[in-house]
Amino acid sequence: MSQRERPSTKTYRVLAFPVGMLLIFFLIPFGIMVATSFYHRVPGAFYTPAFELANWQRLFKPVFLERAVFSIGICLLAGLVCISIAFPFTYFLTRMRRRRHVALLIVVLSALSLSEVIVAFTWYILLGRASGVSNILVWLGLMSQPAAYQPSFVAVLLGLSYIAFPYCVLTLYPQLTRLDPEITEAAQTLGASPWRTFRTVVVPIARPIIVAGFLLVFVFTLGSYIIAFFLGRPEHWTLSVFIADQASANANVPFASAMAIFLTVLSLVVVGIVGVIESRTRRLG
Amino acid sequence: MNRRSVRGGLRVEGLVKRFDEITAVAGVDVDLPPGKLISFLGPSGCGKTTMLRMIAGLERPTEGRIYLDDEDITDRPAYTRDIGMVFQSLALFPHLNVAGNIGYGLRIRGAEKDSIASRVRELLTLVSLAGMGERRIQQLSGGQRQRVATARALALEPRLFLLDEPLSALDANLREQLQVELRLLQQQLGITTIIVTHDQREAMTMSDLVVVMNAGRIEQVGPPLEVYRRPGSPFVAGFIGRTNLLTGAAAGDGSITVAGRPFDVADGADAAGKVTVSVRPEATQLVVGGMPDRNALPGTVVFVRDLGELFECFVDCGIGEHVIVAGSPRDWVPVRQGAEVAVRFPADACVVVTS
Repeated sequence: MSQRERPSTKTYRVLAFPVGMLLIFFLIPFGIMVATSFYHRVPGAFYTPAFELANWQRLFKPVFLERAVFSIGICLLAGLVCISIAFPFTYFLTRMRRRRHVALLIVVLSALSLSEVIVAFTWYILLGRASGVSNILVWLGLMSQPAAYQPSFVAVLLGLSYIAFPYCVLTLYPQLTRLDPEITEAAQTLGASPWRTFRTVVVPIARPIIVAGFLLVFVFTLGSYIIAFFLGRPEHWTLSVFIADQASANANVPFASAMAIFLTVLSLVVVGIVGVIESRTRRLG
Repeated sequence: MNRRSVRGGLRVEGLVKRFDEITAVAGVDVDLPPGKLISFLGPSGCGKTTMLRMIAGLERPTEGRIYLDDEDITDRPAYTRDIGMVFQSLALFPHLNVAGNIGYGLRIRGAEKDSIASRVRELLTLVSLAGMGERRIQQLSGGQRQRVATARALALEPRLFLLDEPLSALDANLREQLQVELRLLQQQLGITTIIVTHDQREAMTMSDLVVVMNAGRIEQVGPPLEVYRRPGSPFVAGFIGRTNLLTGAAAGDGSITVAGRPFDVADGADAAGKVTVSVRPEATQLVVGGMPDRNALPGTVVFVRDLGELFECFVDCGIGEHVIVAGSPRDWVPVRQGAEVAVRFPADACVVVTS
C-alpha cells in the first residue's frame, strides 16, 4: 500500500484550469449536441428545439447500421496495418545510432504538418491514372498501360493508415526508447535469434503500448472523413463522411448530432472490449 | 549436479575494439585456463566490459580473434556461442515469472515441458530459491533477482559463464555474501567463469586468476595474491589495494637510494637508473626513537586513526605523498600527531614496479 498524501486544496486549484477548459470546450458542446439530437429539423430551414426521437429512429435503419459496422471494421483494419508497420519501425528506430535515429524521426513527424486535405489529395493523385505511380510502372515496362487505384477500399485503408502512422510512432516511441538493450542481449545469449528475440521478448514486453497504439489509430481514423470521401466510392465511406454530409450539405444538424453520438458510443464500446480482452489475456499469460 | 569435464578454455589474440574515435580495447592477448574463475579488474572505462561483450558475441571486434576450446568463434553470432551471461542490469524478462525466466533458454531450444520444469526446479534449488518459481520478478528482492539471473544463465550448461559487474547494485553485506555463494557455485560446477569488476576485494575473494586492465590493455595477469604482493606496474600497485610508491635511483648492484638514503629491495633493481618501488602499508613499520641505517625514512606523523580492526598512521617523509603505515592494533606502538618517527620499509616488501 502506498502512503500517498491527500491532495491539498492547492492541487485542486491547479487542476481547476484544465478541468474548466474541458468543461467549457468539451462537455458543454457535447451536452448541446446531445440536446440537438432530439430537436426537430425544419426542412429547407434549420431546426427548432423539441423533443422527438425521429433522428434516433432513422439511425437504426439498416443502411446506417451497415455503415457503422463498416466504419469500425475499416478503422480496426487501419489500426492493424498501422501498428504492424509502426511497431517494428519504431523498435528498429530506437536501436539505431542517435543521430540517424533523430533524423528519421523528424522525417516521420514532419508528416504531421500536412493537413488531412493535402494528404488526401496527394494520395488521390498518386493512385490516379493520369499521373499516378502506375505511370512509373509503365515506364519501367512492368505494366502495359496506366491504371487507377482509386477510388477503392485499399486506397481508403492506405490513406487512413498514412495519416495515423506518425501518431502511432509517437505513442510507441517513449516506451521503446526505455527498453533496456541488455534484455534483448540476454535473450540472445540464451540462444534466441534476433527474430525470436523480437517475437518472444520485445513484443510481449511492449504489449500494453502496442494495444494503446492500435486503439489510438482506431479512434483517430474513425473521426477522419476527408480521406474516405476523396479516396473511396460511397460504399467505402465511413460514418464520419455521412455525419459531415448531413451537417453541412443537408443542414440536418439534429440527425448529424445523433449519428455523432452514436459513433462516439460505438467507439467507446470497441475500446472497452479491446481493453477487457487485453487485461484478460495478460492475466492468463 | 555432476562435475563437468573441464572445458571452456578461452584464448584471445590481438583483440582490438574501436568505437568511432574511442579505442576501448587496444590489443589484448590472453590465454585463460578452463574450469577457473577469472576476474577482469580495472577502473571504469578500462575496456573490461567491452572485452566481455566481445567474448559473448554482443560486440564485434575491430581486429583480433577469439577462440573457445581452440575453436574460432569470432564470427559466430551471440545466440550460437553456448555462453551464459549475467548482465549488470540483470536484464530479467519482466513479462515472465521466475520459472519462465530460468526456462527461457530451454524453451528456445525446444525442450519438452516436463524436462524444462524439472530442470528449472533443479536450478531453483541450486541458487536457494526452491519453491519460488511462480513469483513475479517485480516481487523479488535485489539478491533474489541476482540469483534468478545466475540460474537463467546456467540453465543451458554453457561452456563459459560471464558476469558483468553482477553485484554492483547490491548493498555491501549482501554483496559479500553473494560473492562467496557465486564462488562456491562455480567450484561446485567447475565451469569456466569470467567476472568483470572494478572492486579489488571482489576479485580477491572470488578469483583463481586476476586480469588487471587499464586503458584498453592488460597490465598484469596472475593469481590474486601474487598480483597483490608483486604488482607489475605502478598502476597495478595502486589499483589493487593501497600502496606507498617510492621513487629512487638504482646503483646497478641491486641496491637503490631513496631521498638520499640506502635501500635494499627484493629484486629487479639490477639495471642502473630511476626506479619506482611499491611497499604495502601493512608491510611497513613505525620506528620511534632511533633511525635504522638502511631501508628507512625519517618523518613527522600527520594523522592517526584507529579503525578497530586496523590502525593507520599517515607520515610526512618529505617525498610528496604521505606514507601510510598500517598494522593490527595488537602490536601497535602508540604515537601522536606531530611525533618525529622513522618508517622502516623491509627489503623483502620493497617491490620494484618499474626500472
